[in-house]
Amino acid sequence: MIAHIFEELCDGCNACVAVCPTHVLDPGMDGAPVIARLDQCQTCFMCELYCETDAIYVGPDQRVAEPVDADAIRASGHLGRLRKDYGWDRPDRTDHLADFWQLGPLLREGAEIAARRYADRHADAPGQPG
Amino acid sequence: MGDRAELAADVLVIGGGMAAAWAAISAARAGAEVVLADKGFVGTSGVTATGGPNHWWVAPEPGKREKAIEERYARSFGLAEKEWMARIIDATWQTLPQLAGYYPFGSDGRGGTYYSGLRGPEYMRALRRFAIDAGVRVLDHHPALELLLNGDGTVAGAAGYDRLRRRPWKIRAGGVVLATGGCSFRSGLIGSHGNTGDGYLMAAEAGAELSGMEFNTAYSLSPAWNSTRTLPYPSARFFDAEGDELDIPPPSAEAEQLRALGAAMLRGPVYADLGDAPPLLKRILARIQPASPTPFERKGIRLFDDRFEVKLFGEGTVRGIGGLRIIDDDCQTTVRGLFAAGDTATRELIAGATSGGGAQNSAWALTSGLIAGASAAALARSDGRRAADPARAVGMAGLHPASAPRPVDDAAIIAGVQAQTIAYDKALWRSATSLAASQTVLDGLWSELASHRHSSGLDQVAARETAAITATARWCNAAALARNENRGMHRRIDMAGPTPEREYRLLTGGLDDVWTRYETDNPHRLPVEVAA
Repeated sequence: MIAHIFEELCDGCNACVAVCPTHVLDPGMDGAPVIARLDQCQTCFMCELYCETDAIYVGPDQRVAEPVDADAIRASGHLGRLRKDYGWDRPDRTDHLADFWQLGPLLREGAEIAARRYADRHADAPGQPG
Repeated sequence: MGDRAELAADVLVIGGGMAAAWAAISAARAGAEVVLADKGFVGTSGVTATGGPNHWWVAPEPGKREKAIEERYARSFGLAEKEWMARIIDATWQTLPQLAGYYPFGSDGRGGTYYSGLRGPEYMRALRRFAIDAGVRVLDHHPALELLLNGDGTVAGAAGYDRLRRRPWKIRAGGVVLATGGCSFRSGLIGSHGNTGDGYLMAAEAGAELSGMEFNTAYSLSPAWNSTRTLPYPSARFFDAEGDELDIPPPSAEAEQLRALGAAMLRGPVYADLGDAPPLLKRILARIQPASPTPFERKGIRLFDDRFEVKLFGEGTVRGIGGLRIIDDDCQTTVRGLFAAGDTATRELIAGATSGGGAQNSAWALTSGLIAGASAAALARSDGRRAADPARAVGMAGLHPASAPRPVDDAAIIAGVQAQTIAYDKALWRSATSLAASQTVLDGLWSELASHRHSSGLDQVAARETAAITATARWCNAAALARNENRGMHRRIDMAGPTPEREYRLLTGGLDDVWTRYETDNPHRLPVEVAA
């Protein structure tokens, strides 16, 4: 769930209020938006992706709000990493999608690994326990 | 516009995912004035935005498409139509390259361009820009609450609530496209919080019918604490709380794998071990799906080294099959002027009784959006907007209680619905006894809601979501009870099958009184000869 908006990083653009698909945020009176309906947060990370000042941290657990240690989050290097991994900090480049075609083949390879392992296990064990 | 926004357009598209965006683009290209009204934000709403949909992609080479269609039809249990399959393959092939300029298509690894798979956030961002450039007026955070009907029963528009400006809206239109997605019963499935079956409920209140609602038992595996995309998990080994390995069939076993995992999870926590994952995946996962490793990093779990608890997130009709019944080649419902696209429509036309999965469902969302948008535009052109005709709003449950208003606990209702729908024991081991018991519970929840839930302002949105989830569950359950056989995704432990005499689509509908009937009169599907 969305855990923290760093007011010292936020420029008050309210893009996160607009893009949140589940209406979690309200515009703040002065400066940073307010987390107004946390129960509607689906932990989709879209607010982080659209935050150009990397001022938002979404916690990893979608079921419960976890305690926030703002200093530890800033020190962790997590802020803004997702946006960089998506390549959205480099709008003029497209190389961030260069590996995307591998999705299908890798899904199939994973399923084949599981199928081979299952077949091997059941071929080895006729009449044997386990 | 004061306290209420009132607009008129040729075409109103309700929804904000890929089907809605393609519908709006298509209607605008046909010359219509189009309003696209979404509950959330067109670009982040729905299950496409957080995903990375592949599309059914078959080149127009001699025999190739025919072969793909025959192979897929063979798994449809007789409920699909080959003509529809051909339509979505061709439309997808023709259309996706048109997004160049909006979406940064890259290499396919073989010297060509990779068109068939698009990453969700970039795809939906591209569709938003494409729609706006085509002249579509996009209204974000404008959930629709109910449909408007003309005196002759044709659709007249919709009414809803602007949740940022906190005021009601009403939009009159000559044609309305419902593309509000499916219903995952608030399972926590990534991207689906807003996929509460709103379009099914609004359409049913207007008199539309549903089809294939018994085909809703799809699940996706993820960490118990966060639904991610599923790319990391197909090779997973599974362990119980004692650390003993579980004998789980592979993903290709489909229902058998689900039942094995579901049974284990009913006994206790199940842990996944991804040590066997493809080495390449371990290296480049973050470059394909950046959001998949993120929750692990933030929780301090090494995705491919540490074991972590997993669960199955219900997909309901999102990866299921059922939705609004389509009665013609225009994606029209049984209500004139009301069209359905994407997961809001039944996907039996292209998938039959076996889930279309991501690629086929995406091709359907794209194509049904294009068709529905163009058809709505054509209807508006022929019949006009009729914006001055008297129209009535037909929404009921959650808006207008049938009996004395009193507080109703939405969270308790939704939890009650989940226990009868996506709970593993109910969904994966269906029987007449179990389904009849569920029906009693679900009828009680609906009665509580329809009789007493009242709402105003922003709370109307939540009230209608609860009503839509509950109504969808009742149609799914009634259809599962009525289909006295096994067929595709629908599995009963007390029945054999599939049986030839039930090789028909199963329709359902109704609100206080839910009905079902087999569609034995569809001229597009050959009747099956059954010995008397």
